[in-house]
Amino acid sequence: MSAARGCGPARGLAGLFLWHLRSPGTRQIPCPFLHLCHVANDRLFTFQYFNFLKRMYVTQCNKDLSQRVKPKSDPVPSPFRELQQLDQEKKVIHKIRPISPVPQPLSEPSSRNGLREAESAAETEDSAVRAEAKEDRQWKEMKLQLDDLPGILARLSKIKLTALVVSTASAGFAMAPVPFDLTCFLLASLGTGLASCAANSINQFFEVPFDSNMNRTKNRPLVRGQISPLLAVCFAASCGVPGIALLTLGVNPLTGALGAFNIFLYTCCYTPMKRMSIANTWVGAVVGAIPPVMGWTAATGSLDAGALLLGGILYSWQFPHFNALSWALREDYSRGGYCMMSVTHPGLCRRVALRHCLALLGLCTLAPLLDVTTWTFPVVSLPINLYISYLAFRFYRDADRGSSRKLFFCSLWHLPLLLLVMFTCKKSFLEKDEKGDLLGGGHGRAVEMRLP
Amino acid sequence: MAAARALRGGGFCCCRRLLLSSPRLLSSFSPSSGGGPRTERQESAGPGFSPPAHSRSDWIGPPDKHSNLRPVVFYVPAEESPLERRLREARQEAQACDQRFWARHNRAFQQEKEEFIYSRLKAKGLEMRDETGKKATLNAEEMADFYKDFLSKNFRKHMQYNRDWYKRNFTITFLMGQVALLRALRWLRWKKKNVGN
Repeated sequence: MSAARGCGPARGLAGLFLWHLRSPGTRQIPCPFLHLCHVANDRLFTFQYFNFLKRMYVTQCNKDLSQRVKPKSDPVPSPFRELQQLDQEKKVIHKIRPISPVPQPLSEPSSRNGLREAESAAETEDSAVRAEAKEDRQWKEMKLQLDDLPGILARLSKIKLTALVVSTASAGFAMAPVPFDLTCFLLASLGTGLASCAANSINQFFEVPFDSNMNRTKNRPLVRGQISPLLAVCFAASCGVPGIALLTLGVNPLTGALGAFNIFLYTCCYTPMKRMSIANTWVGAVVGAIPPVMGWTAATGSLDAGALLLGGILYSWQFPHFNALSWALREDYSRGGYCMMSVTHPGLCRRVALRHCLALLGLCTLAPLLDVTTWTFPVVSLPINLYISYLAFRFYRDADRGSSRKLFFCSLWHLPLLLLVMFTCKKSFLEKDEKGDLLGGGHGRAVEMRLP
Repeated sequence: MAAARALRGGGFCCCRRLLLSSPRLLSSFSPSSGGGPRTERQESAGPGFSPPAHSRSDWIGPPDKHSNLRPVVFYVPAEESPLERRLREARQEAQACDQRFWARHNRAFQQEKEEFIYSRLKAKGLEMRDETGKKATLNAEEMADFYKDFLSKNFRKHMQYNRDWYKRNFTITFLMGQVALLRALRWLRWKKKNVGN
């Protein structure tokens, strides 16, 4: 899921909203889209800050790490499992933080202006937060407002998580050793996105009273009564059915089957299992691993070793990501009745995180052996994987909030960076063909030239 | 019998219709404010709150202090059909069930947490409040034992509640679907009649 964090469009969008917020204060919403943006922009505003802070390796974080929601059965590794929640929570958290002034000597008039602007923006943010809190304490009519519907549906479908899921599927598509087919790519992404929306909506439909009792999920649309359960189910059906149909008919049946299976796994296995057994984490990791596999099968039409390798990398990544996140949420899990390793088997929680970080090292080494990437990939990714393994070891040894936070933040940039490096080290299928010719043809024979 | 069983079950909601037949009882989050002639609404939706007279929809309030659930005041139309009545009563029953379960559960959590903190502080030889008068707390690692115990102690309670919640959720959503269909057919019939005229 974190793949989306490195995603260009998301950053650009965040930048757009940052600009929107800073522009002299009109609060008019000229169109539904802007309204949606407005509603979400404080989140994106903090998303921008979050990215900035992340890059600065700021370790000071809010007490309340939200959990990331697991992405829907759709592609995108289930880093979102609880992560999505974390996403929103983080954003809220940073929203409340006062905007730190630009670190420049205040003697410069430009920086002073910048500071004033930052302060006024901070005040706007604070008052917005206060206004929102006040509004939340009032009684509201349970009538569906059409103006709010796009925003409500976006929150219901966990649109940001969906975006990350889709980007992971795109990564799978991009890594497949076939010529790039734009139509197929778009259809696969759209189908995956729709399936993800459906699964997320059903997940929220199933968890209303539990979500009410946890800090990071208490502002969801169903919890707040902004939408009826019937409408949520209808929305899920109207996303899921076309999504899977699109994948099955427009891409290939294998991808469609994987998408449908992932929706089932997420809504009917992972969601109820969260309250029954700690095995939910492993199921959730599979849910997160399937999207890149879907991307790969969309491109190639078959389940190759490369697809499974990509899925394996996402699967292993889930554990340090989720286990570190869940460490901060033990109180909410305990009260809410969620069976998570961090609460019931804390030692296992840390061991599994470390184990899978080490597994990532092995999987990245496997990539060139399976002809997915060149040997540059394990070499370049070694420091990245060693670093996250080191943080996982610290988490294993220290078992405290600081080390869990560090590991979690690392996992957020680790995955997009790893996928990016993987993509740049992708073994060209042309190279492979030529190599095959050389090996099979023996010396002295002219090598057949293959044009792209 | 049903009541006794509910109590024996450690406080989780059993949702027996016998127990929850009264609409007033169902949506009582706090004592009725005894508001005016709003006999169509459940009055016990919170001190002093009653929806405006012209409103024909349900109203949802801020989260309850104990259960964190948002209470709903249901609108009872004059021409309520039997199906609509079934839906409303199912929702009221579910609301009361959930409210009872979570209020009790959260209160138990807070209470046991306090007791745990107290006993741990005592073992360490500290007081509940430090020199500045602030309440002393334990850090997350020390609380971990409590969280683990609490979760395992309440596991069966949660399993029962989960089953009930899923059943109720599906029933209510299915009823909502039926009511929506009925209303749509009614509207179509009315349209046809008007167009005919």
